Order: sequence, then C-alpha cells, then structure tokens
Amino acid sequence: MTSNSRIELVCPAGSLPALKTAVDHGADCVYLGFKDATNARNFTGLNFDANAMREGVRYAHDRRRKVLLALNTYPQAGNWSAWTAAIDRAADLGIDAVILADPGLMAYAQKTHPALRLHLSVQGSATSYEAINFYAERFGIQRAVLPRVLSLPQVEQVIANTAVEIEVFGFGGLCVMVEGRCALSAYATGESPNCNGACSPGKHVRWEQTPSGMETRLNGILIDRFGDGERAGYPTLCKGRFDVGGETYYAIEEPTSLNTLELLPDLARAGIRAIKIEGRQRSPAYVAQVTRVWREALDRVMRDIDGFRVQPAWIAELDKVSEGRSHTLGAYYRPWK
Amino acid sequence: MKLALGPLLYYWPRQATLDFYAQVADSPADVVYVGETVCSRRHELRLDDWLEVAAMLRAAGKEVVLSSQSLIESESDLKALRRIVAQADFRVEANDMSAVHLLTGAGRRDWIAGPTLNIFNPHTLALLAESGATRWVAPPEMSGAVLAELLASGAPQIKTEVLAWGRLPLAHSARCFTARHFNLQKDTCEFRCLGMSDGLVLRTREGEPFLTLNGVQTQSARVHNLLADLSSVRRSAQVVRVSPQGEHTIRVLQLFRESADERLAPQEAFRRSAECMVEAPCNGFWHGRPGVEQYVPS
Repeated sequence: MTSNSRIELVCPAGSLPALKTAVDHGADCVYLGFKDATNARNFTGLNFDANAMREGVRYAHDRRRKVLLALNTYPQAGNWSAWTAAIDRAADLGIDAVILADPGLMAYAQKTHPALRLHLSVQGSATSYEAINFYAERFGIQRAVLPRVLSLPQVEQVIANTAVEIEVFGFGGLCVMVEGRCALSAYATGESPNCNGACSPGKHVRWEQTPSGMETRLNGILIDRFGDGERAGYPTLCKGRFDVGGETYYAIEEPTSLNTLELLPDLARAGIRAIKIEGRQRSPAYVAQVTRVWREALDRVMRDIDGFRVQPAWIAELDKVSEGRSHTLGAYYRPWK
Repeated sequence: MKLALGPLLYYWPRQATLDFYAQVADSPADVVYVGETVCSRRHELRLDDWLEVAAMLRAAGKEVVLSSQSLIESESDLKALRRIVAQADFRVEANDMSAVHLLTGAGRRDWIAGPTLNIFNPHTLALLAESGATRWVAPPEMSGAVLAELLASGAPQIKTEVLAWGRLPLAHSARCFTARHFNLQKDTCEFRCLGMSDGLVLRTREGEPFLTLNGVQTQSARVHNLLADLSSVRRSAQVVRVSPQGEHTIRVLQLFRESADERLAPQEAFRRSAECMVEAPCNGFWHGRPGVEQYVPS
C-alpha cells in the first residue's frame, strides 16, 4: 500500500442528524438522496429536501468532508425531467459527486455539468472491468461501486484492469441479488428498486398474530412465520423462510449483515479507494456506532497494514447493529456462493 | 409480428437440448436465441456446439442470435464473452455492459440489447442504438403503457422485442440457490440443476408456488403469459419472445403464431394455452401492476 492511496470511508446519511453524526464520527464522505424516487432508498421519513441538503453540504464542507448524492434509480420517459432536475440541483448545491446508474442520465450530466464528478452506482450492475471501462470511456465516470457479488480475487482482477477508482461495500444490509438486476420486489408488490427506489416497501407489509405464529406478509404473500420467542423480522422477500422440495429454510439468505472488517488489509492491498457503509434507512445511533468502529479500523490499516488485527470489541459493537445479530463475508468469501 | 424463441434458461442434458432445437427448426419461430446466459459452469453444450446448433437453425431459415451471459464475474467469463463477440457468423445479444463494451470495441453494429441492460428511457435506448444495437428487449418489469410512452417520445430507429411467455427471470445472484438447496457450494455443485427441466419451485409456507430457483437465477413460479394481451403488445413490439420450458414449447410457439396472424382470437389462444402451463399464469407487469397478478382489464 502506498502512502497516497488513502481509502475513503463513505457513510450513509438518511437525514440531516445522521449526516452530522457521520461527519462527527469520522466519515470522509457521506452519501444521501432526495426525498423522492430518484434514489434507491425511497422510504417514508427518509432523505433530504433542498434546504436540508444545503445545510448538510455546508456542515460537511466546513469540516472538509465530501457529500455524494445518490441518483441511482432508472428514470422513464414520463418522469425524465425529475431526474435531470435533480442533477441540476446537485450541481447547484455543490455536491462533490453524483452516484448514477442510468447511462442516459450520465450523458446528460456529462454534457450539462462537465465539472460534476460521476460515480457509477452499485445499481448499475457493473461486475467486470469491461463494463466499468465502458462507462469510463463514454461518460468519464471516476469511481465505480461494485455489486456485492464478486469474490476477493475477482475484486483484485477488476482493480488491476481499470483506471476507475473502485468502491466496495464494507458493512450493512446484504443484497443477495446483483443490484440493479432484481425485480423480486416488483414481482410481489409492483414497486421495484430500479424504478421506484424501493425493495419490499413498508406499505405492503403486514404482521399478523395467528394460531400458527406471527406471520409476516408482503402484499399478501407469506414471507415468514415465527414461533413463540422468535423475533419476527421485516419481510424482505429474499430473507424469508420458504419450502423447497419439502424442506422449509432460508432458501435464499438468512437475515444477516455483511461485515468485511477481517478483509480490510486484503482490500487495501488490492487497491480499493473507498469503502461503503450501507444503511441510509438506519438511525443516527447506528451511523455513529458503525462509523466510529470503521474509522478506527481504517486508520489502523492505513497506518500499519501488516500489524492490523480485527479487535473483538469492534465485532461486538457491529454485531449489535447487524441484522439477526450475525454477519457474513458474503460473496467475498467464495464458499458463500 | 415476428416470433422469437429466447435462450434456454435451464440446464438440460446434451441430447435433450439437441433434440429440442431439432424440433425448433420446424417450429413457427422466426428468431432463435441460443447459448448459455445463466451459469458459466454449465457445459453440456460448449460454444462450438452452440455454433453448430445455430448453423443448423440458420439452414432451416431462422434468424439466429448468440446470447451472452447475464452476470459476468470472472476473467474466464470475459474470455467466453470475447469468443462470442469475435465470431462473425451470428448476431449477439448483449446481456451485460461488458458485452456492449466488447461489441462496440469490435466495431459491430448489428447486435441486440438484451433484457438485463436496464433500458428504461428513450435517452438510454438512443445511446445503445447509436452504439450499434438494432433491436432491444424491454426489461420484463416494464409495463405496456410505459413502453408505449418511451417509444412515443422520440425513440430512435430500433426494433422492440417483448417477453411474452415464460417464467419471469427476476434476479441474478453470485450464489447458486440450487446448490444451496442440496447443501453444496457453487464450485462443487455436482451440476444438480442438470435435468431440472423447469427449475426448482420455491413455495411459501402455505404451499403457494412463489418463485423458481434456477441456479444463480431466480424466476417467478407463475408463467408470464401475454397471449390475451397480444393486441396491445403488437402496438409497441415487432418481435415477441417465448422462453423455452420443459414441455409444450413448440405448441406455445404455434399458439402465438396463430394469434399473431389473427387466425386465433386472443382470449381463445389464452384459453388453449392452459394445458401448456406448469403453473398459473400472470401478466401483472404488462399492466403496471405487481408481476405476480393475473390482471384482466375491465
């Protein structure tokens, strides 16, 4: 690792208090979205209007931190101008980079605001350097966020073959499917991450106590059923228990979080330029806790990569805020696949 | 209206696959997509075998397209993709931006933009058309109304194809859910999906068929069926796609042919298709509703 290859810690800000918390606890960048379908965390009560964003940018810039704006859903013919207006607003507000998934929108941003830095969103589903280099050549993207599907050697391979900065997910909710390639939520509820910025949205969720246990449903579809003493989870449809071939189990994935702390030296040696913490839908308390641990770990790895050891206290802290209080290396660890 | 047979999404034994395409040669399909799009570990037919199948279908008068893999993870995936792009005999369906990059780099201007490219607006469609795409397949989750609006708002000269039959390909993952079902890892999967002619059904705990596990791909359990909606489909699309299934695919192609040629009324075609379906039908996506629904406009 060379001295100039500082790895940025990119933290979630679902609200102004969360943004301030992330900055105060050591985030290099915060990422956020507008209060509408232009970003992939379009949940009630989350995200920023123009005033809050202006205040957030001021707060971060005063402390020499960056603000990245996620505009990572796919606009359609009928609502195109809402997305371009969001890009214009981002440039106006002095956002440091926009995180985009749609090629048409990238072309618009490049043409209209040539100085605006473009990042390829994880929703762009670019899993190889050939795909990433396409976006770099055509639209001048400077960073790409990798979907959570590559093993560590595959991440190294990507970095070795592109000049684009690579950002990877370090911690938070685990998307089991390739981001930008999943229509499960659209199939069940009519609302999709791609078009509406929502997965398994709350308005379709129902919890119901029945004689066979607590049932969680998504638009009427039974996602899971919990016995006495079991904690009923949110019905994210890929983390439910289903029957396959007469066996009932978490057929797609357990409710668990991604945590790559132990891979940090390997990721640093591979040359990642940023590590992303997932969780714009989470509270400022979550942001504080996770940012603090990751700040400490990143500082440690950048100071002494060979001496880096995961502190048990870090894991204990992170497991407190993990889904199901458990964690996985996901696809970075090949046998997970 | 042209009739296309999409790429085979399941892993069938070699002979079953060859027998199937021998039947396809005599079917009413105008366009046939061949090749492996789901999993790089599936090798009953290698690229050279697919090229032979393609040549046979072309000799039978079909327009043949080589489909590329949807999820590209490794250097060997890219190597396979480069071979597909390098051959000049057949057009290529690009199912990932890696393929678009290689095709444009090779100066090819005759390819098809596949359903996983996330083309949701006329600006992105125009970009791909300028890059050499001559046809595109709308994302399965796109409704008929949104598609019509896209095409009406100054879309470029490019042909449109719509998935009109088959289990909906809903998601791709790095994880193989079929291997997981058998407590195996993907790297040592023992090719358990081989011979599951329509995948592995996932049911809710109430026994309701919900999804289908097909290796790293997750599909709907229900069969997306636009036979009754063909009159609105043809207003936007020049090509309709039927996705291969374990049985009755040729019969499905015939129903589409008769219906497209207006020899069979849409409702009657839909009624007759009941015997060809492994699960209940759905058409919600086309009507801007949850994809799982079977929606009957009033």
